[in-house]
Amino acid sequence: MSNIKVENLCCTYGIKTPFERHAVSDVSFEINKGDFVGLIGHTGSGKSTLVQMLNGLIKPTSGKVYIDGIDIWEKPKEIRKFRFKVGLVFQYPEYQLFEETVYKDIAFGPSNMGLSEEEIKERVLRAAKFVGLDYKLLNKSPFDLSGGEKRRAAIAGVIAMDPDVLILDEPTAGLDPVGRNVLLSQISQYQKAKNNTIILVSHSMEDVARVTKKVMVMNKGKLAMFGDTKSVFSKSEELSSMGLRVPQITKVIKALRDKGVNLPDDILTVDRAVAEITELLKKEGKL
Amino acid sequence: MDFITAQNLIFRYIDEDEQVNNENVKNVLDNVSFSVKKGEFVALLGHNGCGKSTVAKHLNAMLIPESGKLFVDSIDTADENEDFTIRRKVGLVLQNPDNQLVASIVEEDVAFGPENLGVEPQEIRRRVDDALKAVDMYDYRFQPPHKLSGGQKQRVAIAGIIAMEPSCIVLDEPTAMLDPKGREEVMSTIKKLNKERGITVVLITHYMDEAVEADRVIVMDDGKVLCSGTPKEVFSQVELLKRHRLDVPQVTELCYKLKACGVEIDSLSLHSDECIAQLTEVLL
Amino acid sequence: MRDIAFGQFYPAKSLLHRLDPRAKILLLIVFIVLVFCTANYYSLLLVILGVFSVVLFSKVPLRLYFNSLKMIIVIVLITSFLNLFYGTGEPVISWGFIKITLEGINNAIFVSVRILSLILISSALTFTTSPTDLTDALERLMKPLTVFKVKVHEIAMMMTIALRFVPLLLEETDKIMSAQKARGADMESGNLIQRIKALVPVLIPLFVSAFRRAYELAVAMECRCYQGGEGRTRMKSLHLHTRDYLSILVVIILIVGVVLCNVLLPQAVR
Repeated sequence: MSNIKVENLCCTYGIKTPFERHAVSDVSFEINKGDFVGLIGHTGSGKSTLVQMLNGLIKPTSGKVYIDGIDIWEKPKEIRKFRFKVGLVFQYPEYQLFEETVYKDIAFGPSNMGLSEEEIKERVLRAAKFVGLDYKLLNKSPFDLSGGEKRRAAIAGVIAMDPDVLILDEPTAGLDPVGRNVLLSQISQYQKAKNNTIILVSHSMEDVARVTKKVMVMNKGKLAMFGDTKSVFSKSEELSSMGLRVPQITKVIKALRDKGVNLPDDILTVDRAVAEITELLKKEGKL
Repeated sequence: MDFITAQNLIFRYIDEDEQVNNENVKNVLDNVSFSVKKGEFVALLGHNGCGKSTVAKHLNAMLIPESGKLFVDSIDTADENEDFTIRRKVGLVLQNPDNQLVASIVEEDVAFGPENLGVEPQEIRRRVDDALKAVDMYDYRFQPPHKLSGGQKQRVAIAGIIAMEPSCIVLDEPTAMLDPKGREEVMSTIKKLNKERGITVVLITHYMDEAVEADRVIVMDDGKVLCSGTPKEVFSQVELLKRHRLDVPQVTELCYKLKACGVEIDSLSLHSDECIAQLTEVLL
Repeated sequence: MRDIAFGQFYPAKSLLHRLDPRAKILLLIVFIVLVFCTANYYSLLLVILGVFSVVLFSKVPLRLYFNSLKMIIVIVLITSFLNLFYGTGEPVISWGFIKITLEGINNAIFVSVRILSLILISSALTFTTSPTDLTDALERLMKPLTVFKVKVHEIAMMMTIALRFVPLLLEETDKIMSAQKARGADMESGNLIQRIKALVPVLIPLFVSAFRRAYELAVAMECRCYQGGEGRTRMKSLHLHTRDYLSILVVIILIVGVVLCNVLLPQAVR
């Protein structure tokens, strides 16, 4: 059974006004448990609306969202249950920190779930560990942390709810290269450790290429592509027609292939490119 | 001639309420020296918290160095009487476009600077129109800022500085909060202003692909200048940059790693076109 | 949340839109005074005619006027209803201890017409004048008050900044609320105290962000050489045009009409 199943999902804003706008129209897909999915699309393509429909923050105008086979809007009163199952980390999540201490802030989600004190403590500590947050920081005020630490604390606040599905909207926005790489590897490790479903919404094609297995492409409210990361990024023309780029490395390899160099079309990382090129050179006796 | 000369700048953020601990406060700028020529496009590169934003605020006299000297067009920034003269010469664009627009109509926001300078109404009109055209936002002059995209808002912020007719603009991570399209818009605007109007540009960024576009790159870490030179010179020091929490463009890394494997590559490429040409030669 | 139409400006190209905002504000004040100076049905009718022509000239959809009336209609009904029973004199209708006099009826009609014209005419001002023009005009009109040490420029600057940041903060409130709901915050159920408590996770981040924005804006303003109102010029200078003089003339005619009606024609029993 698929973890997330979406059928003919539509969301229209401002119905029956001159400002009527289809944010998401007729989107259907299935995501299996343990999938690491990238969600790309330019600003205004409907990504944010889509992910907020997955955890019931936005009610679809029509269509269905199933989490583990259950229609989340079957009992509207119990919608909160699905917000714990599908954890959503918003863009710039550090702006939602509000408690006196980092510990209390991370505990906000778990305590809303009505868990026992011990259980909450265990979860907070585990979440802090996953995002690489020093335990010493837990008793500090969240407003005294550095930018990167705040980001981690905020992400830990969602991870502490132990959701089956974790959605991250631009988790690396504004971080410097190393901060970005570290956070991405932590997310990957978390995914491997829990074998959870993760949806990574990002503008950075390099990030998406590096960590995800599958990619969804949204364009003008519609699901334009959904497939293996490699196959999606091999369609660079289609992507650029939607205002998206491919990772720089993929672009270079594609240009070389077009010139007749015999390289595979699914190279997404620098290391892989180095390996393939040196192998090719060795085969041709040039190295 | 050098437009900006920084000599051995030292700066700490001192909490005035806690004078006792001041001895232990770390230097945010630790003996920083550099210079920027008139008309030059310089990128100041460094990871978050390396002191690059502090440098930005020094350049228009928002901050004064604790020791060392900073001259803008031969004026000492420590001279309090010259604050506004310096700010007229060096405009500062900040990271968050939302928090630097004052008025709720685009053209009125752009007029804010010249109005503060006491420029004549007709001249303000001319400057506002000119500045909005320079950043390609003239068609949006009657819009409220909150209806614009991030890239558009940032361009309006740049126009607001251009309307003060500075000889230099300093941009403190102007693209950090923008999507790729917005980043491209802002970058091409900056390049255009530098090339077509000869405005000196100091771009503070942690995006390598942006620094590559500059005439010269200054790399900072831990309050010190780590190295500087043309983008080519700087980015060829792949190991050094990586050690200091920085990255190089993917193509540069590719060339670097191939070279390390013994592939014949003369110089490390910075742009994909250059890299493609080089690799075609090797592979075909 | 974002549906709150702030300032309610409706862009169109009508005579009213083009009038000088200063003239519009002054005329509004004159008109309000005039509405309360009506002493009989003839002058009241004149005022109603005036209101309707303004509404029609504004080229703003009538629907919008109805919307602004909708919010106030309950108050109008209650006050006019209460007015019905006040008043002394011969009862027109009497039913047990309830007596309705001619005076009461007149009062009820006058009160409701006055409030309704007040709403319509001030809506016409906000519909046809952009918030920036409005603050600009207020700043210029209040200029003489600087003699009394009133910080006119500062007040106007604060209004300008508020206009700029209110939509932003509303949007941000939306975002923070969604984010806390995603962490299971329950804002829809519970009693009043529980609901107020549930707002804490929204209000604190909102305050923090508002202060951060204020600080950054202050830096940005300083970077753009802001040093208060002194020595500051303005890009747009306001000039009175023929249309402004004409509209002033029309209002003067209206005043004369109302005064004549009040003096020459019999007063309503009140």
